[in-house]
Amino acid sequence: MVGPLIKGLMVTLKYFFTRPITVQYPKKKVGSFERYRGLQAIRRNKDGTIRCVACGLCEAVCPSKAITIEIGEDEQGRRYPISYILDGYRCIYCGFCEDVCPVDAIYLTREYENVRYKREELLLDKDILMQRGEVVK
Amino acid sequence: MDLGMLVFIVIKILVVFGLVMLTVAYLTLLERKVLAHMQVRVGPMFAGPHGILQPIADGIKLFFKEDIVTKQADKVFYFLAPALSIIPVLMIFAVIPFGDKTTLFGLLKEPVELRITGLRIDILYVFAMSGLATYGVVFGGWSQNNKYALIGGIREAAQLISYEVAFTLSIFGVVMVAGTLQLDKIVEAQRNVWFIVYQPVGFLIFLTASVAELKRTPFDLPEAESELVAGFHADYSSMKFAMFFMAEYASIVVCSCLGTLLFLGGWLGPSILPPFVWYLIKVFVLIFVIIWLRATYPRLRYDQLMKFGWKFLIPVSFLNIFVTAIVILLVR
Repeated sequence: MVGPLIKGLMVTLKYFFTRPITVQYPKKKVGSFERYRGLQAIRRNKDGTIRCVACGLCEAVCPSKAITIEIGEDEQGRRYPISYILDGYRCIYCGFCEDVCPVDAIYLTREYENVRYKREELLLDKDILMQRGEVVK
Repeated sequence: MDLGMLVFIVIKILVVFGLVMLTVAYLTLLERKVLAHMQVRVGPMFAGPHGILQPIADGIKLFFKEDIVTKQADKVFYFLAPALSIIPVLMIFAVIPFGDKTTLFGLLKEPVELRITGLRIDILYVFAMSGLATYGVVFGGWSQNNKYALIGGIREAAQLISYEVAFTLSIFGVVMVAGTLQLDKIVEAQRNVWFIVYQPVGFLIFLTASVAELKRTPFDLPEAESELVAGFHADYSSMKFAMFFMAEYASIVVCSCLGTLLFLGGWLGPSILPPFVWYLIKVFVLIFVIIWLRATYPRLRYDQLMKFGWKFLIPVSFLNIFVTAIVILLVR
């Protein structure tokens, strides 16, 4: 009867001396995996213009209808999004928009801390998405 | 008794009270830290470095919490119960010695005892007071007029009646070997050999029964969270709740002090450290063991608890007394 009791005590004692696996989250971060699908961003051209050509494919493919695009055209007849709104709360981070984009404009980053104080702060518009995005060489 | 003596006693009481309250407050942190590390966590980390200010933050929080009195409660006993549970525990500290006679590093002319007062029947007094502490819990459970609390209170009463017997009997061996009921004389009797050597079975019974007395896991049926919400203190809040908790932690300190005095040679130890430090080390080792038990074992079922108490612990403690008595007779 006493044997298993002592065995149990030894197990807890062993764990008492092992290093805690807790990560002090806001101070230290674990990070996300390489192929993690997080908050979106849109790539910029070298001259700072948006890469998106407003084809509307991402809007069409989005299963949760998180993307709303208003299409415009400049003097050279090049299409660009007048407004591009991505609702971070509607988005299910499936990555279809990245797959379908013909010019590799929109893509999902590894950013996982997508919690905001207000709802509006996750209604990402064109400028925010472009700010987050990388520049294409 | 002259005035100086009175002032001296008051100072002693205040020092002991302050020390006990400080220990009780920091025992909560110690328990949380030890439990956390045994579960490979880190425990409280935010209030001060490594959560060192957590007990103070908890105390402030409890002071400012709303004091809820439920409508169906029996007001007199409802208010009386927290006080009834903590006062007897604190009164036990009146006879607990904390060290040998000392002059406080030559500060005083005559050596004083490191205890508030001594009785010639210390151990009886301790048992009387620890028996009284049960009333607080039973009244608390009953006066809330709430089924969970009532079940908790009844369980507490039944459990304490069962285990108080084994708890008391386990110490008889020590009393017989030492031949005195005075705690300081019992410690002096261990000058050569600690009583844990003479009474290993007695020590194990003492430890088990005291964990049951303290209503801690694996014997925490009176406050079994998963079945009784919080057991006997379900409807208590604010400082009334804190008083139940202080009583619980103060009785952990009492039981560890008793175990140290009776079985582990009290303040005796190699003279590389002062006696009081030896005493503290032993007390904290026992406290650690009690927390360690909580981290390891699951709660017993109620029938298992009763069966273990009546059919195993009490017969074994009687056998222990019997064997001790025969050995003493043969040796003398």
